Amino acid sequence: MNLTLKIWRQKNPNEKGKIVSYPVKDIDGDMSFLEMMDVLNVELIEKGENPVAFDHDCREGICGMCSMYINGEAHGPDRGVTTCQLHMRKFKDGDTIYIEPWRAKAFPIIKDLMVDRSAFDRVMNAGGFVSVNTSGNTIDANATPIPKEDADKAFEAATCIGCGACVASCKNASAMLFVSAKVSQLALLPQGKVEAKERVIKMVNTMDEEGFGNCTNTGACEVECPKGISLENIARMNREYLKAMILK
Amino acid sequence: MDKKGQLLSISQVALILNVSEKTVRRHIQSGKLISKKIGGVHRINKSDLDHFLNPEKSFSLNDLKAEIDNSFPRENQEPDGPLVDKWSTHKSKIKLVNPANKRLIDIIVVGSGLAGGAASASLAELGYNVKTFCFQDSPRRAHSIAAQGGINAAKNYQGDGDSVYRLFYDTIKGGDYRSRESNVHRLAEVSANIIDQCVAQGVPFAREYGGLLDNRSFGGVLVSRTFYAKGQTGQQLLLGAYSAMSRQIGKGKIKMYSRHEMLDLVIVDGKARGIIARNLVTGEIQKHSAHAVVLGSGGYGNVFFLSTNAMGSNVTAAWKAHLKGAYMANPCFTQIHPTCIPVSGDHQSKLTLMSESLRNDGRIWVPKNMEDVLAIREGKLKPTEISAENRDYYLERRYPSFGNLVPRDVASRAAKERCDAGYGVNKTGEAVYLDFASAIERYGNEKAQVLNLDNLSKEEILSLGRKVIENKYGNLFQMYYKIVDDDPYFTPMQIYPAVHYTMGGLWVDYNLMSSIPGCYVAGEANFSDHGANRLGASALMQGLADGYFVLPYTIGDYLADDIRTGPISTETKEFDDALEDVKSKISKLMKIQGERSVDYFHRKLGKVMWNNVGMARNAEGLNTAITEIQKIRTEFYSNVRIPGESNELNPELEKALRVADFLELGELMAIDALNRSESCGGHFREESQTDEGEALRDDENFTYVAAWEYSGNPSKPKLNKENLEYKNIKLVQRSYK
Repeated sequence: MNLTLKIWRQKNPNEKGKIVSYPVKDIDGDMSFLEMMDVLNVELIEKGENPVAFDHDCREGICGMCSMYINGEAHGPDRGVTTCQLHMRKFKDGDTIYIEPWRAKAFPIIKDLMVDRSAFDRVMNAGGFVSVNTSGNTIDANATPIPKEDADKAFEAATCIGCGACVASCKNASAMLFVSAKVSQLALLPQGKVEAKERVIKMVNTMDEEGFGNCTNTGACEVECPKGISLENIARMNREYLKAMILK
Repeated sequence: MDKKGQLLSISQVALILNVSEKTVRRHIQSGKLISKKIGGVHRINKSDLDHFLNPEKSFSLNDLKAEIDNSFPRENQEPDGPLVDKWSTHKSKIKLVNPANKRLIDIIVVGSGLAGGAASASLAELGYNVKTFCFQDSPRRAHSIAAQGGINAAKNYQGDGDSVYRLFYDTIKGGDYRSRESNVHRLAEVSANIIDQCVAQGVPFAREYGGLLDNRSFGGVLVSRTFYAKGQTGQQLLLGAYSAMSRQIGKGKIKMYSRHEMLDLVIVDGKARGIIARNLVTGEIQKHSAHAVVLGSGGYGNVFFLSTNAMGSNVTAAWKAHLKGAYMANPCFTQIHPTCIPVSGDHQSKLTLMSESLRNDGRIWVPKNMEDVLAIREGKLKPTEISAENRDYYLERRYPSFGNLVPRDVASRAAKERCDAGYGVNKTGEAVYLDFASAIERYGNEKAQVLNLDNLSKEEILSLGRKVIENKYGNLFQMYYKIVDDDPYFTPMQIYPAVHYTMGGLWVDYNLMSSIPGCYVAGEANFSDHGANRLGASALMQGLADGYFVLPYTIGDYLADDIRTGPISTETKEFDDALEDVKSKISKLMKIQGERSVDYFHRKLGKVMWNNVGMARNAEGLNTAITEIQKIRTEFYSNVRIPGESNELNPELEKALRVADFLELGELMAIDALNRSESCGGHFREESQTDEGEALRDDENFTYVAAWEYSGNPSKPKLNKENLEYKNIKLVQRSYK
């Protein structure tokens, strides 16, 4: 198929960016979206132009590095996939595709389609862990049985890949889905309960300091999340936060 | 120095070639003609000049043999005493650094995956000042995250006869008797601690209804010792290590350098004292010093271009250490994983793995009859329409006792054998079926019985079975469906082997120190534990064992001598020289401005590697590979095109620097494979097989680690042999029949 790509080009954080139009030809439906971008880039390089910079690494939907806003949707029109898992068979010959970076105050643009998501790391540094040292002398792994239901829910929350699609999709650029997934995972497990109160307060405070917006329950994040992280987690985080504030 | 060689000056070479001295200098500058600087002047080895004149001359093992030194130049530091006591005795005897002194010591860790991440967190917890580097935008994205199936541990929770000894034995046997007994036994010993530690961190492993941990079994093993978190075990373990790192970053004990790439190792007075790194966002080249450097930079499977590795996975950090004196051990040991999604076309940028755990429930087959194969390829027949007696379940046929659960190398070769014989099923003829129909039916019946449901229709039973399968492998099935657009709940998956893991890597001693003092190597980047073939679910185990439980002890033994050293200055000649080297390498690449993208050369290299240094190798193919790689390397340095500038974010420059190193590593892999004329594990030499076509090891001549030393010329490495001694295990030919 032949397509027209309208891509956000921005040389660096300080210069102004703009949408530039590129035609691409003979795109195969079996290609992934990023492989289609590779085709464009090789063409640009061999013509002596600058290729489009974009983040990507594992190309199997798990590292969370790829981050394209395609036709107004984080990771494009398919559901439950990252950009690297989006296949060109989802488009048709003659389509025009708009490709932009994640847009959020807390995710400044570095170049073209690449953004700086280190704010997520800083939220994690504030409390996204269980305070246990590496000793090899913790209790036996089976000493504390965990109800399967809790373990499964914790796992589902823990599958978040930290890509930032939730922030990009949210009209308030809120990071509630990301933060609540970690808060939930650890609050559901006995190992994480010990410091649950302290954790939720620190993570929420850092989230606010980093400039993410508030949650107004529109639910766009859940729809666009490639891992299907549930809004339930936000409710659980709010509960944890309230509990922590009252009992502080 | 080459004893046979004769050293020539530039003017002599100019005379021989009948060109100007300037031209000779240009050839030296471009890397085409190898020269050594002796006392500040260029001297060219006669043999290098011959090579320059006649690069097509095939590599000769005789050249190599002249270089072989029979005494291994390093101690492997293996402790004395009985195998089972070695690690505990060693731990109690090695030197410690007191907590107040740890504050005075800096450690650089390169890589933030299971090995690097776990090491960073543990070392910081101990009190060292850690600086961690990764090229991704966050340490959470290291490629360990993509590991699917699980992690082994000798917990014996299932009471099925597992033990530390059995895990040790399985790992040595699975690795085809090419790993060190002492290292592997230690790995088996600490494996149980890993599970305890990860659960304490909040890693949500799969559990049974009673609340206890669940296990599954993996290839090459007769017990269930694999812990898992659906098909995302690597992700959960990595996020565990990442959270431990986050805690230390928050405390200021780890300084994190994301989007930074190590481009050289700095040696001061014979010790690793720092690195040169490039800030990938600004292009700035930086000097970083430390008392020790830990490389946890992963494997080099991307030398094949198409592999299951992430796009950015590279050998650069390890290769730079190699160029500075670290031995590269058994580089030809590559793991070709049997269950990957087949290649669909030329545009393909990477391959996707389907966890080996699928072989627990999936049966692998191809059609028995050629007319069925052809009908399938033409789209006239569906696999589900072929009756059981017309299917060849070739693994069950050839290996009745292990069946679909033979080790990876065996399963991969068997698939290649069927496809080479013409029975491959997709358009390319390079795919076999992995079929869940029997498992779906079996689980459906079990479930119906549990629920006391009689009189269910076949479809209702199958639907119950599909739910069971979905619980076990849901995300893998979804991934397959998204990529291939074919629903594996209803039709068999198509799979084909792909490069997945590299058992070879930098040589390390028992303490995980490379042949450069102060340079440690952990995880996939080292060679130590998997011999010639890695068993499933052992990579995660090794990465975490090295990072959490081995390095934090052994590195102290070395650093105990450094408590009075004080901070290492970067304002020294060694750092400045290394910095200049990196800068000039970059400017050399940027100046070429040829006609081809970096990917063009990478794909070309990958093709040579896959065809000649892939699943089956022979002397002729390996010799061809060596010549071809040299040609691609020469072409690369004259015709690559890197757009943009070096002082800005430039993904093409990043790729070029990585591919430049792959172009040297690839040749070493071929040389190593050529030298090892036996078949073992992931390395199958066609010249060395049994009458039945199984791999034939040659223990008499090859029970050693081939530790290659850089000589200044990538085509002329020096071979050092560390002999492997088996005192506790008897070497036998592997049989999975």
